Amino acid sequence: MANAPLNYTPVETNDTLQLSGDRIGDRIFLKIEELSGEKVFRCMQCGSCSAGCPMHDRMDIAPNQIWKLLQMGEHEKVKNSESIWACLSCFTCGVRCPKGIDLAKVMEAVRQLLVRKRLDRVDGNKIPKEILEEVPQIALISCLRKQSG
Amino acid sequence: MNKISYYPGCTLSNTAKNFDLSARESMKALGWELDELPRWNCCGTVYSLASDNLINHVAPIRLLVHTQELGRDKLTTLCSMCYHTLKMSNLMVQKDRDKLEKINFFTKDKDAEYKGRVEVLHLLEILKNDIGFANIKEKISRPLKGLKLASYYGCLLTRPKAAAIDDVEMPTIMGDLINSLGAQAVYDPCLTECCGSYHTVMDQEVVADKAERIISSAIKNGAEAIVTSCPLCFFNLDERQKNILEKTGKAYDLPILYFTQLLALGLGLGPEVCKFDLHHIDPRPLLKAKSII
Repeated sequence: MANAPLNYTPVETNDTLQLSGDRIGDRIFLKIEELSGEKVFRCMQCGSCSAGCPMHDRMDIAPNQIWKLLQMGEHEKVKNSESIWACLSCFTCGVRCPKGIDLAKVMEAVRQLLVRKRLDRVDGNKIPKEILEEVPQIALISCLRKQSG
Repeated sequence: MNKISYYPGCTLSNTAKNFDLSARESMKALGWELDELPRWNCCGTVYSLASDNLINHVAPIRLLVHTQELGRDKLTTLCSMCYHTLKMSNLMVQKDRDKLEKINFFTKDKDAEYKGRVEVLHLLEILKNDIGFANIKEKISRPLKGLKLASYYGCLLTRPKAAAIDDVEMPTIMGDLINSLGAQAVYDPCLTECCGSYHTVMDQEVVADKAERIISSAIKNGAEAIVTSCPLCFFNLDERQKNILEKTGKAYDLPILYFTQLLALGLGLGPEVCKFDLHHIDPRPLLKAKSII
């Protein structure tokens, strides 16, 4: 990947994805569609979301790959990814999507699946005191709203 | 004097008093009173994107109920995050009456049922549409001559389209205001890029990266300061210059200003309403060099 134009770590470069038809459209997939209100199969892999994402360099799975993995029933990989926590809901992907689907809502849906099981990313009690005293109130509230249950 | 209901929110009442005071005083000078809601709560800062999460919409809807109780049909706010949350929750209940009914049922107060008729406006929209930039220009007693400023909108003033106060990709509203104050608006391609937002709590490095990209782009395009409307963008661009210095050794020392501070100065108000002591990068040397203060 010496000539890779972006900082992406491609998904599963060394082994093949073990696809299973059972996982496509299963209960978790339907829950993600329900929570997000988006139809995952509308994505046609144009890559506009990845091209505009300001957090792409902090993601292990690129935004368009998130859509693809969900279409293939690989929601476990999405749930375990760094990308869902890196996403800031800035809505750049959504306003640029030619199919009018909003990845920010899907990212939120996957985060919700986790934080509703107490799999929080941030523990409010562990935020250092100097940070608590320094950052504006809206930073703290939004961080805890987005990354904990 | 015109009166409009005003929701300051948590941050403008605490760390961003420079934004709040400069807005109130400038509006007073323009013949408008920002009438703070007698009762208000935190709006939640982020619009809940999960379709079943109605409880998070109760806080912003309560603020709209308080506005309705005053017999008013408009509510203005300054913070981009508050604006976005209020605007999106309002649009959601206006579109989905079933969800509105559920929220009203939850609050269990017949007198406090939200009817869905309050309009949420950002102060920039009032300055543009109700007062008019041409009228503001006429009232400018101290033109901000020679000051080159890059507008920075961030994410939530222009996205998603339903909540946008201007064009999604190429907003000009803040630049138009800057020009009407006698300063020069400078085009900066990073005007709607995200500053790293709430990652500033747990990952200061990523925010320093994003802030450096935005600041260096503004400087490259000739800006002497960046103008913003969001206390979180302000913090990330201003305070995180300290982290940029630690990380890269580069001292950009680029002042960050709220559009209301510039409006106040242009209207001839003293620097005391701008509370420049709350800035990490002090804008006063720049303003003095341009004979503005």
